[in-house]
Amino acid sequence: MTANSPNSGEDRSSLWKPNRQASRRVEMLVKLIFGAFALVSVATTAGIVLTLIFETIEFFGEVSLLQFLFDPQWTPLFSNQQFGIHVLISATIMTTGIAILVALPLGLMAAIYLSEYASLNTRRFLKPALEILAGIPSVVFGYFALLTVTPVLQTFIPGLQGFNALSAGLVLGISILPLVASLSEDAIYAVPRSLRDGSYALGATKRETIISVILPAALSGIVASLILAISRAIGETMIVTLAAGQNPTPGFNPFVPVATMTAFIVQVSLGDTPATSLAYKTIFAVGMTLFLITLTLNLISFWFVRKFQEKYE
Amino acid sequence: MVSEMQSSMTTDTVFTVRNLSVYYGSLLAVRGVNLDIPKNQITAFIGPSGCGKSTVLRCFNRTNDLIPGARIEGKIEYHDQDLYSKKTDPIDIRRRIGMVFQKPNPFPKSIYNNVAYGARINGYQGNMDELVERSLKGAALWDEVKDKLKESGLSLSGGQQQRLCIARAIAVQPEVILMDEPCSALDPISTLKIEELMNDLKQNYTIVIVTHNMQQATRVSDITAFFNAEESLESSNKIGFLVEYDLTQNIFHNPQNKDTKNYVSGRFG
Ligand SMILES: Nc1ncnc2c1ncn2[C@@H]1O[C@H](COP(=O)(O)OP(=O)(O)OP(=O)(O)O)[C@@H](O)[C@H]1O
Ligand SMILES: [Mg+2]
Repeated sequence: MTANSPNSGEDRSSLWKPNRQASRRVEMLVKLIFGAFALVSVATTAGIVLTLIFETIEFFGEVSLLQFLFDPQWTPLFSNQQFGIHVLISATIMTTGIAILVALPLGLMAAIYLSEYASLNTRRFLKPALEILAGIPSVVFGYFALLTVTPVLQTFIPGLQGFNALSAGLVLGISILPLVASLSEDAIYAVPRSLRDGSYALGATKRETIISVILPAALSGIVASLILAISRAIGETMIVTLAAGQNPTPGFNPFVPVATMTAFIVQVSLGDTPATSLAYKTIFAVGMTLFLITLTLNLISFWFVRKFQEKYE
Repeated sequence: MVSEMQSSMTTDTVFTVRNLSVYYGSLLAVRGVNLDIPKNQITAFIGPSGCGKSTVLRCFNRTNDLIPGARIEGKIEYHDQDLYSKKTDPIDIRRRIGMVFQKPNPFPKSIYNNVAYGARINGYQGNMDELVERSLKGAALWDEVKDKLKESGLSLSGGQQQRLCIARAIAVQPEVILMDEPCSALDPISTLKIEELMNDLKQNYTIVIVTHNMQQATRVSDITAFFNAEESLESSNKIGFLVEYDLTQNIFHNPQNKDTKNYVSGRFG
């Protein structure tokens, strides 16, 4: 009773003994530990990039840049070695291009539907469905492309081979669809309500408001999601390796087996190519090319968002 | 009171509000409003926050329809047309009854396209350049922007943005302009500009303005409606209602109701 009374000043001061010294030490320790973790991730990235750079330099010690750019074929694993990287790049462009042709319109429509048309209940059901789609492992998508989509497509495209860029690209598109849909939806959702109100107050219909006001206002976010989706499609490995094959074919024929950059890296990494051979070093040169492409895309995205993002307030 | 006003004015009535109640879901927000809005006059809505001024204003161009769960009881007539009958198309109504919002909300488009947008979607066939120029002049903005019509509407100052929104509203040639606290986000000079502008607009448009600024109401409006809110017995929210409306000079100098008198003299709200 007396201990709790406000007048017993001595009792109170003996009850409160903050150990400032210790808590300061703990703070320091925590800061150190978290700093170390941050350092680990930075160091890992730097390590990977440095390895890429060193191995790539070694590669270019043996193969000239001209060969890398202009050789007509990509045959580093054969005795007459040729290093025309465009053979792999064309395959990657094809699968990525087809994927984007699928994912962009579908993803954008899904995003518009979800944010502008769907009732609260539909939304509650559809958003998780999209997330489940995003959670399917890519190896499952790969087998789906190889064993289901390709046979179905073969019934009406007679020349279509067992491995091809078409079905790989289509399924790749499905696999990045949730990414496009959910990021675009975020961008559309972020368009302030006041803009919609302003448009409706002029006698605009919903469709006019979406097309002329909401989509332009969300453009920077939609482009950012598109570029992220392209990066994802370029770096995707499982689906294209399983469904498009590992056969480096120059040109842009979507009906024949091709090898994308990622598929080639898998092929060499899994194979019995000795780690000191030139063929082995090519995967670093290919990896470097991939890295440069996605880095460029990220920079473009960064620049675009900075330049075109509308600042409301 | 109504008869007294009608005798002092010979103009037509644009809106006739009869026994209007507005609900948000199951919540009654405003009850039993009876009001006439005269043509080519400025009517001001004043009253403490939350008493339903914006709610009633949004009923006039049916933008309340856009709020899920909002519905009305009672009747609003726009000239002789029942605003809420099934035959009335809200899209068509909104073209004839424009709106300017509390916060300037220009579209992320060029100044030119901000003004042209409404005309385009409403199928305007005339000369667009002329319409844009006329509307910007009507909103007293032309001289400030005539050399940069291609620049984004968002690049303007707040006061200019609000006048752009007014230009955008008059570009579709409405009959009525509803303004919900159009100056509350603006500095005194921009406010003054918009008040002067409203005086000019009065020749061609009927204006209903919500304002928290008593001086503004006395400066610009011909008629003032005072709203208040009271605790309701059955629910926790307050219910808004119209206390009185009359010529602005009467509301401010000779109000009939004690609450009006207290409010306009700054004793509450
Ligand atoms: N979109 C909405 N959904 C639900 N309730 C709403 C909505 N808008 C307004 N209300 C409610 O209706 C009542 C009246 O609000 P309203 O915005 O019309 O008041 P107001 O007089 O304009 O206030 P202020 O002066 O602060 O703008 C308030 O109790 C408010 O909570
Ligand atoms: Mg309001």
